[in-house]
Amino acid sequence: MNFKTTIGLEVHVELKTKTKMFSPSPVTYGEAPNTAANVIDFGFPGVLPRVNKNAYRLGIMVALALHAKVTNETHFDRKNYFYPDNPKAYQITQQERPLGTNGWVEIEVKGKKKKIGIHELHVEEDAGKNTHGASGYSYVDLNRQGTPLVEIVSEPDIASPDEAYAYLEQLRQIILFTGASDVKMEEGSMRVDTNISIAPIGSDTLGTKAELKNLNSFAHVRDGLAYEEKRQAQVLMAGGEIRQETRRFDEPTGTTILMRVKEGSDDYRYFPEPDIPPFHISQEWIDEIGSEIPEMPNKRRERYVNDYGLPEYDAGVLTATKEMSDFFDATVKAGAPAKQAANWLMGNVNAYLNEQQVDLSATKLTPDHLAGMIKLVSEGTISSKIAKKVFQEIITSDTDPRAWVEQKGLIQQSDPAVLTPIIDSILDNNGQSIEDFKNGKDRAVGFLVGQIMKQTHGKANPQVVNQILMAELKKR
Amino acid sequence: MSTNYFEEDITSLHDALVNQKTTAAQLTADTLDQIQTKDKQTKAFITVAADEAKKQAAAADTQGITADRQLAGIPIAIKDNIITDGILTTAASKILTGFIPVYDATVTSRLKEAGAVLVGKTNMDEFAMGSSTENSYYGPTHNAWDLDRVPGGSSGGSAAAVAAGEVVAALGSDTGGSIRQPAAFNGIFGIKPTYGRVSRWGLIAFGSSLDQIGVLSRRVKDSAIVLQQIAGQDENDDTSLPAPVPDYLAAMDGNIKGLRIAIPEEYLGEGVAQGVRDAIEKAVDTLKKLGATVDMVSLPHTKYAVPTYYLIASSEASSNLQRFDGIRYGFRAKDVKNLEDVYVRTRSEGFGDEVKRRIMLGTFSLSAGFYDAYFNKAAKVRHLIQDDFTKVFADYDLIVGPTTPTPAFKIGEKVNDPVTMYMNDILTIPANLAGIPAASVPAGLVDGMPVGLQLMAKPMAEATIFKVADAFEAATQFYTQVPTAMKGEK
Repeated sequence: MNFKTTIGLEVHVELKTKTKMFSPSPVTYGEAPNTAANVIDFGFPGVLPRVNKNAYRLGIMVALALHAKVTNETHFDRKNYFYPDNPKAYQITQQERPLGTNGWVEIEVKGKKKKIGIHELHVEEDAGKNTHGASGYSYVDLNRQGTPLVEIVSEPDIASPDEAYAYLEQLRQIILFTGASDVKMEEGSMRVDTNISIAPIGSDTLGTKAELKNLNSFAHVRDGLAYEEKRQAQVLMAGGEIRQETRRFDEPTGTTILMRVKEGSDDYRYFPEPDIPPFHISQEWIDEIGSEIPEMPNKRRERYVNDYGLPEYDAGVLTATKEMSDFFDATVKAGAPAKQAANWLMGNVNAYLNEQQVDLSATKLTPDHLAGMIKLVSEGTISSKIAKKVFQEIITSDTDPRAWVEQKGLIQQSDPAVLTPIIDSILDNNGQSIEDFKNGKDRAVGFLVGQIMKQTHGKANPQVVNQILMAELKKR
Repeated sequence: MSTNYFEEDITSLHDALVNQKTTAAQLTADTLDQIQTKDKQTKAFITVAADEAKKQAAAADTQGITADRQLAGIPIAIKDNIITDGILTTAASKILTGFIPVYDATVTSRLKEAGAVLVGKTNMDEFAMGSSTENSYYGPTHNAWDLDRVPGGSSGGSAAAVAAGEVVAALGSDTGGSIRQPAAFNGIFGIKPTYGRVSRWGLIAFGSSLDQIGVLSRRVKDSAIVLQQIAGQDENDDTSLPAPVPDYLAAMDGNIKGLRIAIPEEYLGEGVAQGVRDAIEKAVDTLKKLGATVDMVSLPHTKYAVPTYYLIASSEASSNLQRFDGIRYGFRAKDVKNLEDVYVRTRSEGFGDEVKRRIMLGTFSLSAGFYDAYFNKAAKVRHLIQDDFTKVFADYDLIVGPTTPTPAFKIGEKVNDPVTMYMNDILTIPANLAGIPAASVPAGLVDGMPVGLQLMAKPMAEATIFKVADAFEAATQFYTQVPTAMKGEK
């Protein structure tokens, strides 16, 4: 029997705000427990939430970037449940009127493009964190409590673990480009819950779904879903039944392990949050936020290929991060030919970043300096060999490349009047090489060029040297 | 003991302070003496903050009391569901045993800024759930007119403290009548402002869409002075209203000629005692004599107000009270074995019966499968009740009627009959559902116990209420009467 797979993803993304969703305490990462929490976050008696408009603004930005319709008349709801990391015993979220609906992202798997629908997006507050100590005590840290989140719920359009992976990649990249979040799985600023069901091909109904948790990377999502897909098929093939259950991905074995069987659904007793008045999102505000959204990676890739004639591959590498893509655009704007700018960024710059384990912004390189250096090469002022030296200089300090090569005397020598006497004298001293050349040994030319370069401390323009050398050799 | 609050008001005390006939320290010492003596009978206070009060009084004296600071050095009591930094705040619940807040409610800080002296925290029904102050973990408060009777509730401690002359004014909170009903039962003035007029930051939430902080005082003018100070938008409360606060005292010019007053026929129905109806008729005659016109109108959805209120308030309360879980503050049950034990035993032992009853009612009405039939339907009916008021206010400036169906009942009389107790709020609940300002002003005695005339105005029209109540007070002079149980006291 063959099965079709249906996957749903719920992605939580932390919005990058200075302060929390409903309190003025700071959003931090890695601080000492309970130092970034105030009376609101602690759920003290008498406190009230204070909406952080900027969190809502970033939520709208994400919704627009994901092509969702922004809800004009909206409000918050309470989701009630008891847990120590949930100090009010309710989470302020949006249930009845989420911030955005009917979005989509386009993915590409094995050359095939497909749109994945987004059912809804809503903003809500994050919970704190419980930790369990060896002493038998449990501890509650409320630093994360109240951090703004946007939850993105997909339509059941994802049909394979590879599509889930591609969807997450797209989502991450789009949100990264909006600047609304860091979207780092490793720091928890992006979190993924999944559910998966399978049903015989041709079946009208979906199978019973299992939820899969503890997915700390996109690869875990893909591997966990792939395992789960296989496991469910085996159960069904053996005549068994899929239970509605929650499972967790076990990294060492690459399998999924049962956490609990679900009976019925939880009752969170949602109702409108009375402490925050319903509010109207004006079209003007939506348009204003829309106009602030930076160009999305797919548009940039199109532009790089169509306008700059870059290969698809280059366009992909350059749009891996917004930072890189912005840098590339600025370098081209500063006058560098697109292909050369791309080569430098994809080659030397990326190599440097990998080697140093830093972000582009942590270096001293500027688009103006990179474009300036590329210009020095293309106009023949420096050789590409010298360019490597210049690059080392401009990526580690704020130095104007032209001034630097002038000061260091690294300007390439292209003047035949200067080079001819040097070449002549080298030929005079290397009679054997001239003979080898005449006997058809091309290696002799390389040797002679090497001698000339040595003599000129690498500053001679190789092209000019070649021309003069050939002419002089013919004369002899 | 030299200050007699039966003969003083904020203005007279303020004059004495400005003219240095007394000091804030002296006034506070007198007040603490009054409380010590009279509170043995009324049991109006949960906490008397003597040390803090003395410090605040000393600070007021040091700063110097000037004519523009009307509340400087004036002792005021605060209901115990309003947060006071460093002073035990319990909402009369065992579950907040030992809870010392680390911040001030907005009303608390605004009173402190004005130099007022906060003398203590008054008794109430646990989490403001009740109409008699019998649902207090700290025991009942007694009515100053008859110590065997309830002071009303839930702000019964604040009302009794004012009526007995322990303080000149007190803050209360009103979710379904919790300021107005005790004001009526104790023969004093009490006002619940428009929803959003006073910040709820630091008010321990009961029914968040209904709760509103207000003032109780013997004299109308004193409530106006206090409300003037605490009202106005607050960045800590997104539901607080941005409109500027008008000058209430300026509105109190004694002239109500041509004012259009409506009496809803539903407020004079069979459930209202004959004595109360007679008192209200007499009060209406007084208003007519003062030049107002009075017509009978209908608020047809009044009969749905009590069930609507109990669904909405209890639903919100069931969520609001979940934070009392024994994890972070207050009471935690002993010898708990696991997390569920912490929750179940702490809340079972920490909440009183009435609170549990409402949590269960509210939890049920929000549950999947019941939400539409209960909470959601109540929310819709609430709109109909609001519409009733909007229609009447198109033609009238003020709606009047009795505040309560009966005068104060005996302690223990209704405690085992919650539905009868709930019906006691039938006349005060509609104003909370509609979010409009409403007050109770003394309208005489029925069988020796005070009854109140309720005044309800358009949203933000507190000034209209003050104007009419002040004129009515001047015509009736009820404030000159000393409560029966306090005769012989000063």
